[in-house]
Amino acid sequence: MILIVDMNSTKNPFGFNEFVLPIVSIAEELEECVVKHYLEVNEEDLADYDKIILSGSALMDTVTLDQPAQFAWLESFSKPVLGICAGMQTIGLVFGGRLKKCSEIGMTEIATSEKNILFSSTFKVYALHNYALVPSAEFRVLAESSNCIHAIKHESKDVYGVLFHPEVRNREIVERFIHAFAVDRRI
Amino acid sequence: MRLGVLFSGGKDSTLALHKAAEREEVVCLITLISKNKESYMFHTPNIDMTTLQAEALGLPLICKVTAGKPEEELKDLDTAIAQAINYFKIEGVVTGAVESVYQASRIQRICNHSKVWCINPLWKRKQKAILEESVAEGFKTLISGVFAYPLDKTWLGKQIDEALIDQLVSLNEEYSLSPSGEGGEIETTVLDAPLFKKKIGVLDFEVEAQGNSGVFNIKAARLRDK
Repeated sequence: MILIVDMNSTKNPFGFNEFVLPIVSIAEELEECVVKHYLEVNEEDLADYDKIILSGSALMDTVTLDQPAQFAWLESFSKPVLGICAGMQTIGLVFGGRLKKCSEIGMTEIATSEKNILFSSTFKVYALHNYALVPSAEFRVLAESSNCIHAIKHESKDVYGVLFHPEVRNREIVERFIHAFAVDRRI
Repeated sequence: MRLGVLFSGGKDSTLALHKAAEREEVVCLITLISKNKESYMFHTPNIDMTTLQAEALGLPLICKVTAGKPEEELKDLDTAIAQAINYFKIEGVVTGAVESVYQASRIQRICNHSKVWCINPLWKRKQKAILEESVAEGFKTLISGVFAYPLDKTWLGKQIDEALIDQLVSLNEEYSLSPSGEGGEIETTVLDAPLFKKKIGVLDFEVEAQGNSGVFNIKAARLRDK
Protein backbone atom coordinates (compact mmCIF):
# COMPACT_ATOMS: atom_id res chain seq x y z
CA MET A 1 0.00 0.00 0.00
CA ILE A 2 1.25 3.45 -0.96
CA LEU A 3 0.98 6.46 1.33
CA ILE A 4 0.62 9.68 -0.67
CA VAL A 5 1.40 12.68 1.50
CA ASP A 6 -0.42 15.95 0.75
CA MET A 7 2.24 18.67 1.12
CA ASN A 8 -0.13 21.61 0.65
CA SER A 9 -0.76 24.33 3.18
CA THR A 10 -4.19 24.33 4.78
CA LYS A 11 -4.39 27.92 3.49
CA ASN A 12 -4.75 26.56 -0.05
CA PRO A 13 -7.86 24.34 -0.23
CA PHE A 14 -7.25 23.76 -3.95
CA GLY A 15 -3.77 22.26 -3.68
CA PHE A 16 -5.14 18.78 -3.06
CA ASN A 17 -6.95 18.74 -6.44
CA GLU A 18 -4.00 20.17 -8.33
CA PHE A 19 -0.99 18.45 -6.80
CA VAL A 20 -2.25 15.31 -5.03
CA LEU A 21 -5.13 13.88 -7.09
CA PRO A 22 -3.06 13.61 -10.31
CA ILE A 23 -0.58 11.41 -8.40
CA VAL A 24 -3.42 9.35 -6.94
CA SER A 25 -4.90 8.79 -10.40
CA ILE A 26 -1.60 7.28 -11.58
CA ALA A 27 -0.80 5.30 -8.44
CA GLU A 28 -4.24 3.81 -7.78
CA GLU A 29 -4.15 2.01 -11.12
CA LEU A 30 -1.16 0.05 -9.84
CA GLU A 31 -1.54 -0.28 -6.11
CA GLU A 32 -3.85 0.57 -3.23
CA CYS A 33 -3.33 4.14 -2.01
CA VAL A 34 -3.99 6.13 1.12
CA VAL A 35 -3.73 9.94 1.18
CA LYS A 36 -2.82 11.85 4.33
CA HIS A 37 -2.07 15.50 4.91
CA TYR A 38 1.51 15.93 6.11
CA LEU A 39 0.30 17.21 9.47
CA GLU A 40 -1.61 13.93 9.95
CA VAL A 41 1.28 11.58 9.22
CA ASN A 42 1.84 9.53 12.33
CA GLU A 43 5.21 7.81 12.71
CA GLU A 44 3.61 4.79 14.41
CA ASP A 45 1.33 4.20 11.39
CA LEU A 46 4.12 4.17 8.81
CA ALA A 47 4.64 0.42 9.14
CA ASP A 48 1.33 -0.01 7.27
CA TYR A 49 2.82 1.36 4.04
CA ASP A 50 5.18 -0.21 1.51
CA LYS A 51 6.26 3.08 0.00
CA ILE A 52 5.58 6.79 0.28
CA ILE A 53 5.15 9.58 -2.29
CA LEU A 54 5.38 13.20 -1.13
CA SER A 55 3.39 15.56 -3.37
CA GLY A 56 4.31 18.98 -4.66
CA SER A 57 2.54 22.22 -3.83
CA ALA A 58 1.73 25.61 -5.40
CA LEU A 59 4.47 28.13 -6.16
CA MET A 60 3.15 30.40 -3.40
CA ASP A 61 3.03 27.51 -0.95
CA THR A 62 6.35 26.86 0.80
CA VAL A 63 4.85 25.78 4.09
CA THR A 64 6.63 22.43 4.38
CA LEU A 65 10.01 24.04 3.70
CA ASP A 66 9.71 25.96 6.95
CA GLN A 67 9.10 22.87 9.07
CA PRO A 68 11.47 20.02 8.14
CA ALA A 69 11.22 18.79 11.74
CA GLN A 70 7.65 17.73 10.88
CA PHE A 71 9.25 15.17 8.54
CA ALA A 72 11.89 13.79 10.91
CA TRP A 73 10.26 10.38 10.43
CA LEU A 74 11.94 10.26 7.00
CA GLU A 75 15.32 9.65 8.66
CA SER A 76 14.21 6.37 10.25
CA PHE A 77 11.79 5.21 7.52
CA SER A 78 13.51 2.35 5.71
CA LYS A 79 11.15 1.78 2.75
CA PRO A 80 11.11 3.56 -0.65
CA VAL A 81 10.18 7.24 -0.81
CA LEU A 82 9.65 9.52 -3.81
CA GLY A 83 9.44 13.26 -3.21
CA ILE A 84 8.01 15.48 -5.96
CA CYS A 85 9.01 19.18 -6.07
CA ALA A 86 8.19 20.43 -2.54
CA GLY A 87 8.48 16.75 -1.58
CA MET A 88 12.05 16.58 -2.91
CA GLN A 89 12.96 19.93 -1.35
CA THR A 90 11.63 18.79 2.02
CA ILE A 91 13.51 15.48 1.83
CA GLY A 92 16.68 17.40 1.06
CA LEU A 93 16.22 19.72 4.03
CA VAL A 94 15.55 16.84 6.42
CA PHE A 95 18.85 15.26 5.37
CA GLY A 96 20.89 18.42 5.80
CA GLY A 97 20.64 20.07 2.38
CA ARG A 98 19.77 23.69 1.66
CA LEU A 99 17.66 25.59 -0.85
CA LYS A 100 18.77 28.16 -3.37
CA LYS A 101 16.65 30.56 -5.40
CA CYS A 102 16.00 29.06 -8.84
CA SER A 103 12.81 29.70 -10.77
CA GLU A 104 11.78 27.37 -13.60
CA ILE A 105 8.18 27.33 -14.85
CA GLY A 106 7.12 25.27 -17.85
CA MET A 107 8.66 22.57 -20.01
CA THR A 108 12.37 22.29 -19.20
CA GLU A 109 15.07 20.04 -20.59
CA ILE A 110 17.00 17.91 -18.11
CA ALA A 111 19.89 15.51 -18.63
CA THR A 112 20.42 12.27 -16.76
CA SER A 113 23.76 12.34 -14.97
CA GLU A 114 23.70 8.89 -13.38
CA LYS A 115 22.05 5.63 -14.40
CA ASN A 116 18.95 4.98 -12.33
CA ILE A 117 15.66 3.06 -12.24
CA LEU A 118 13.36 6.02 -12.99
CA PHE A 119 14.58 7.55 -16.28
CA SER A 120 17.46 7.84 -18.72
CA SER A 121 18.90 10.19 -21.36
CA THR A 122 17.90 13.82 -21.93
CA PHE A 123 14.22 14.68 -21.86
CA LYS A 124 11.71 17.45 -21.18
CA VAL A 125 9.88 17.81 -17.90
CA TYR A 126 7.24 20.12 -16.43
CA ALA A 127 8.91 22.40 -13.90
CA LEU A 128 7.08 24.58 -11.37
CA HIS A 129 9.42 25.85 -8.68
CA ASN A 130 11.09 28.94 -7.26
CA TYR A 131 13.72 27.07 -5.28
CA ALA A 132 16.16 24.30 -6.09
CA LEU A 133 17.80 21.90 -3.69
CA VAL A 134 21.48 21.79 -2.91
CA PRO A 135 21.56 18.32 -1.38
CA SER A 136 23.87 17.09 1.32
CA ALA A 137 26.65 14.61 0.57
CA GLU A 138 24.27 11.78 1.46
CA PHE A 139 22.63 12.15 -1.97
CA ARG A 140 23.68 11.34 -5.50
CA VAL A 141 22.58 13.61 -8.32
CA LEU A 142 20.57 11.77 -10.98
CA ALA A 143 19.59 14.62 -13.32
CA GLU A 144 20.12 18.34 -13.86
CA SER A 145 18.73 21.15 -16.00
CA SER A 146 21.02 23.96 -17.11
CA ASN A 147 20.05 25.78 -13.91
CA CYS A 148 19.77 23.28 -11.11
CA ILE A 149 19.60 19.72 -9.81
CA HIS A 150 16.36 17.97 -10.83
CA ALA A 151 16.63 14.49 -9.36
CA ILE A 152 18.43 12.85 -6.46
CA LYS A 153 18.79 9.50 -4.70
CA HIS A 154 19.99 8.82 -1.20
CA GLU A 155 23.30 6.94 -1.32
CA SER A 156 22.11 4.03 0.85
CA LYS A 157 18.32 4.28 1.08
CA ASP A 158 15.65 4.02 -1.63
CA VAL A 159 14.80 7.67 -1.14
CA TYR A 160 14.33 9.57 -4.41
CA GLY A 161 13.45 13.15 -5.21
CA VAL A 162 12.44 14.85 -8.45
CA LEU A 163 12.09 18.61 -8.66
CA PHE A 164 9.89 18.40 -11.76
CA HIS A 165 6.30 17.17 -11.86
CA PRO A 166 6.12 13.67 -13.40
CA GLU A 167 2.38 13.53 -12.66
CA VAL A 168 1.91 16.28 -15.28
CA ARG A 169 4.31 15.06 -17.96
CA ASN A 170 6.32 11.78 -17.78
CA ARG A 171 3.83 9.86 -15.65
CA GLU A 172 5.82 6.72 -16.43
CA ILE A 173 8.41 7.88 -13.89
CA VAL A 174 5.83 7.54 -11.09
CA GLU A 175 4.80 4.18 -12.52
CA ARG A 176 8.43 2.97 -12.63
CA PHE A 177 8.93 3.99 -8.99
CA ILE A 178 5.85 1.97 -7.99
CA HIS A 179 6.80 -1.02 -10.17
CA ALA A 180 10.43 -1.04 -9.03
CA PHE A 181 9.39 -1.46 -5.44
CA ALA A 182 6.31 -3.60 -5.96
CA VAL A 183 5.65 -5.86 -3.03
CA ASP A 184 4.80 -9.43 -3.90
CA ARG A 185 2.04 -10.36 -1.49
CA ARG A 186 1.46 -13.84 -2.92
CA ILE A 187 1.92 -16.68 -0.42
CA MET B 1 -8.79 34.25 -0.19
CA ARG B 2 -10.10 36.83 -2.69
CA LEU B 3 -10.02 35.33 -6.18
CA GLY B 4 -10.32 36.49 -9.79
CA VAL B 5 -11.34 33.90 -12.38
CA LEU B 6 -9.89 33.85 -15.89
CA PHE B 7 -13.19 33.52 -17.65
CA SER B 8 -13.89 32.57 -21.26
CA GLY B 9 -17.55 31.73 -20.72
CA GLY B 10 -16.99 28.08 -21.65
CA LYS B 11 -17.64 25.04 -19.48
CA ASP B 12 -14.11 24.69 -18.06
CA SER B 13 -13.68 28.23 -16.74
CA THR B 14 -17.29 28.25 -15.51
CA LEU B 15 -16.81 24.94 -13.64
CA ALA B 16 -13.51 26.25 -12.22
CA LEU B 17 -15.41 29.36 -11.06
CA HIS B 18 -17.99 27.18 -9.30
CA LYS B 19 -15.32 25.11 -7.58
CA ALA B 20 -13.47 28.23 -6.47
CA ALA B 21 -16.65 29.82 -5.14
CA GLU B 22 -17.42 26.72 -3.07
CA ARG B 23 -14.28 27.27 -0.98
CA GLU B 24 -13.24 30.92 -1.28
CA GLU B 25 -14.53 34.35 -2.31
CA VAL B 26 -14.66 35.04 -6.05
CA VAL B 27 -14.65 38.84 -6.46
CA CYS B 28 -14.20 39.36 -10.22
CA LEU B 29 -13.90 37.77 -13.63
CA ILE B 30 -11.06 38.47 -16.06
CA THR B 31 -11.56 38.06 -19.81
CA LEU B 32 -9.09 38.51 -22.66
CA ILE B 33 -10.76 39.12 -26.01
CA SER B 34 -8.29 37.96 -28.64
CA LYS B 35 -8.45 39.30 -32.17
CA ASN B 36 -6.31 36.38 -33.32
CA LYS B 37 -8.40 33.37 -34.27
CA GLU B 38 -5.29 31.17 -34.08
CA SER B 39 -4.39 32.14 -30.49
CA TYR B 40 -3.50 29.13 -28.33
CA MET B 41 -4.14 31.17 -25.20
CA PHE B 42 -7.46 32.96 -25.42
CA HIS B 43 -9.50 32.59 -28.58
CA THR B 44 -13.05 31.42 -27.94
CA PRO B 45 -16.19 31.77 -30.05
CA ASN B 46 -18.75 34.05 -28.40
CA ILE B 47 -16.13 35.58 -26.08
CA ASP B 48 -18.25 38.76 -26.17
CA MET B 49 -20.90 36.82 -24.25
CA THR B 50 -18.77 37.08 -21.10
CA THR B 51 -20.26 40.54 -20.51
CA LEU B 52 -23.76 39.08 -20.29
CA GLN B 53 -22.51 36.04 -18.34
CA ALA B 54 -20.82 38.32 -15.79
CA GLU B 55 -24.08 40.22 -15.42
CA ALA B 56 -25.93 36.92 -14.96
CA LEU B 57 -23.40 35.94 -12.28
CA GLY B 58 -23.53 39.35 -10.61
CA LEU B 59 -19.73 39.67 -10.80
CA PRO B 60 -17.61 42.56 -12.11
CA LEU B 61 -15.69 41.81 -15.28
CA ILE B 62 -12.25 43.06 -16.26
CA CYS B 63 -12.26 42.81 -20.02
CA LYS B 64 -9.17 43.47 -22.12
CA VAL B 65 -8.83 43.29 -25.89
CA THR B 66 -5.59 41.77 -27.15
CA ALA B 67 -4.19 41.55 -30.66
CA GLY B 68 -3.38 37.97 -29.76
CA LYS B 69 0.22 37.93 -30.95
CA PRO B 70 2.19 35.18 -29.20
CA GLU B 71 3.81 36.38 -25.97
CA GLU B 72 2.49 39.94 -26.51
CA GLU B 73 -0.94 38.72 -25.45
CA LEU B 74 0.67 37.64 -22.19
CA LYS B 75 1.56 41.26 -21.47
CA ASP B 76 -2.12 42.08 -21.94
CA LEU B 77 -3.06 39.29 -19.53
CA ASP B 78 -0.45 40.59 -17.08
CA THR B 79 -2.07 44.04 -17.30
CA ALA B 80 -5.57 42.62 -16.74
CA ILE B 81 -4.40 40.62 -13.70
CA ALA B 82 -2.63 43.72 -12.35
CA GLN B 83 -5.92 45.62 -12.67
CA ALA B 84 -7.73 42.85 -10.77
CA ILE B 85 -5.08 43.06 -8.03
CA ASN B 86 -5.35 46.86 -7.83
CA TYR B 87 -9.13 47.24 -8.08
CA PHE B 88 -10.41 44.07 -6.42
CA LYS B 89 -7.45 43.16 -4.19
CA ILE B 90 -7.37 39.60 -5.50
CA GLU B 91 -4.87 37.24 -3.89
CA GLY B 92 -5.24 34.48 -6.47
CA VAL B 93 -6.14 33.77 -10.10
CA VAL B 94 -8.31 30.77 -10.96
CA THR B 95 -8.03 29.10 -14.36
CA GLY B 96 -9.95 26.34 -16.11
CA ALA B 97 -6.73 24.72 -17.36
CA VAL B 98 -7.01 20.94 -17.56
CA GLU B 99 -4.13 19.57 -19.59
CA SER B 100 -2.39 22.37 -21.47
CA VAL B 101 1.04 23.10 -19.98
CA TYR B 102 1.39 25.80 -22.66
CA GLN B 103 -1.44 27.83 -21.15
CA ALA B 104 -0.89 26.83 -17.54
CA SER B 105 2.83 27.61 -17.40
CA ARG B 106 2.34 31.05 -18.93
CA ILE B 107 -0.36 31.97 -16.43
CA GLN B 108 1.76 30.50 -13.61
CA ARG B 109 4.63 32.80 -14.64
CA ILE B 110 2.42 35.90 -14.58
CA CYS B 111 0.93 34.98 -11.19
CA ASN B 112 4.40 34.21 -9.82
CA HIS B 113 5.67 37.59 -11.03
CA SER B 114 2.64 39.32 -9.46
CA LYS B 115 2.95 37.27 -6.25
CA VAL B 116 -0.60 35.90 -6.35
CA TRP B 117 -1.75 32.29 -6.15
CA CYS B 118 -2.42 30.45 -9.41
CA ILE B 119 -5.25 27.99 -8.84
CA ASN B 120 -6.24 25.28 -11.30
CA PRO B 121 -9.16 23.33 -9.80
CA LEU B 122 -9.61 21.11 -12.88
CA TRP B 123 -5.92 20.36 -13.47
CA LYS B 124 -5.40 16.84 -14.88
CA ARG B 125 -9.03 15.89 -14.31
CA LYS B 126 -10.36 13.25 -16.68
CA GLN B 127 -12.14 14.93 -19.60
CA LYS B 128 -15.25 12.81 -19.34
CA ALA B 129 -15.53 13.55 -15.62
CA ILE B 130 -15.52 17.30 -16.31
CA LEU B 131 -18.35 16.97 -18.81
CA GLU B 132 -20.34 14.73 -16.50
CA GLU B 133 -19.88 17.04 -13.55
CA SER B 134 -20.99 20.09 -15.52
CA VAL B 135 -24.16 18.27 -16.60
CA ALA B 136 -24.80 16.91 -13.10
CA GLU B 137 -24.40 20.42 -11.67
CA GLY B 138 -27.07 21.70 -14.03
CA PHE B 139 -24.93 23.63 -16.49
CA LYS B 140 -26.68 24.50 -19.74
CA THR B 141 -23.78 24.44 -22.18
CA LEU B 142 -23.86 24.78 -25.95
CA ILE B 143 -21.25 23.57 -28.39
CA SER B 144 -20.20 26.85 -29.98
CA GLY B 145 -17.22 25.72 -32.01
CA VAL B 146 -15.95 22.55 -33.71
CA PHE B 147 -12.45 22.28 -35.12
CA ALA B 148 -11.63 18.64 -35.83
CA TYR B 149 -12.66 15.62 -37.86
CA PRO B 150 -15.23 14.03 -37.69
CA LEU B 151 -17.09 16.93 -36.05
CA ASP B 152 -19.09 19.18 -38.36
CA LYS B 153 -21.81 21.83 -38.32
CA THR B 154 -24.45 19.36 -37.12
CA TRP B 155 -22.82 19.55 -33.67
CA LEU B 156 -23.01 23.34 -33.43
CA GLY B 157 -25.62 24.70 -31.02
CA LYS B 158 -26.24 21.30 -29.42
CA GLN B 159 -26.61 21.28 -25.66
CA ILE B 160 -24.23 19.04 -23.74
CA ASP B 161 -26.17 16.29 -21.97
CA GLU B 162 -25.48 12.69 -21.00
CA ALA B 163 -26.32 11.34 -24.46
CA LEU B 164 -24.01 13.82 -26.14
CA ILE B 165 -21.20 12.95 -23.70
CA ASP B 166 -21.58 9.30 -24.73
CA GLN B 167 -21.26 10.34 -28.37
CA LEU B 168 -18.13 12.38 -27.66
CA VAL B 169 -16.58 9.52 -25.69
CA SER B 170 -17.26 7.17 -28.62
CA LEU B 171 -15.50 9.60 -30.94
CA ASN B 172 -12.59 9.72 -28.49
CA GLU B 173 -12.25 5.96 -28.68
CA GLU B 174 -12.49 5.89 -32.47
CA TYR B 175 -10.66 9.07 -33.47
CA SER B 176 -8.65 10.03 -30.32
CA LEU B 177 -10.77 13.15 -30.06
CA SER B 178 -10.60 14.78 -26.64
CA PRO B 179 -14.18 14.43 -25.29
CA SER B 180 -14.18 17.84 -23.59
CA GLY B 181 -12.31 19.58 -26.38
CA GLU B 182 -9.20 20.26 -24.32
CA GLY B 183 -7.15 19.95 -27.49
CA GLY B 184 -9.24 22.73 -29.04
CA GLU B 185 -11.49 20.28 -30.92
CA ILE B 186 -14.64 21.84 -29.49
CA GLU B 187 -15.45 25.12 -27.78
CA THR B 188 -18.44 25.72 -25.56
CA THR B 189 -20.61 28.56 -24.24
CA VAL B 190 -22.43 28.31 -20.90
CA LEU B 191 -25.93 29.80 -20.86
CA ASP B 192 -26.90 28.80 -17.34
CA ALA B 193 -25.25 27.35 -14.24
CA PRO B 194 -26.04 27.21 -10.51
CA LEU B 195 -24.30 30.51 -9.72
CA PHE B 196 -26.10 32.34 -12.54
CA LYS B 197 -28.77 34.54 -11.00
CA LYS B 198 -30.41 34.77 -14.41
CA LYS B 199 -30.11 32.49 -17.42
CA ILE B 200 -29.14 33.55 -20.93
CA GLY B 201 -31.64 33.24 -23.75
CA VAL B 202 -30.28 33.19 -27.31
CA LEU B 203 -32.37 35.43 -29.56
CA ASP B 204 -30.41 35.21 -32.79
CA PHE B 205 -27.44 33.20 -34.02
CA GLU B 206 -25.46 32.42 -37.15
CA VAL B 207 -23.65 29.22 -38.05
CA GLU B 208 -20.43 29.58 -39.99
CA ALA B 209 -18.99 26.24 -41.00
CA GLN B 210 -16.81 24.61 -43.58
CA GLY B 211 -16.03 20.91 -43.45
CA ASN B 212 -14.91 19.96 -39.98
CA SER B 213 -14.57 23.49 -38.71
CA GLY B 214 -17.32 25.85 -37.67
CA VAL B 215 -18.69 28.23 -35.07
CA PHE B 216 -22.11 28.96 -33.60
CA ASN B 217 -22.06 32.75 -33.32
CA ILE B 218 -24.58 34.18 -30.88
CA LYS B 219 -25.68 37.47 -32.48
CA ALA B 220 -28.26 38.52 -29.90
CA ALA B 221 -29.04 37.30 -26.39
CA ARG B 222 -30.72 38.55 -23.23
CA LEU B 223 -31.01 37.62 -19.59
CA ARG B 224 -34.13 35.82 -18.48
CA ASP B 225 -35.47 35.02 -15.03
CA LYS B 226 -34.78 31.49 -13.82
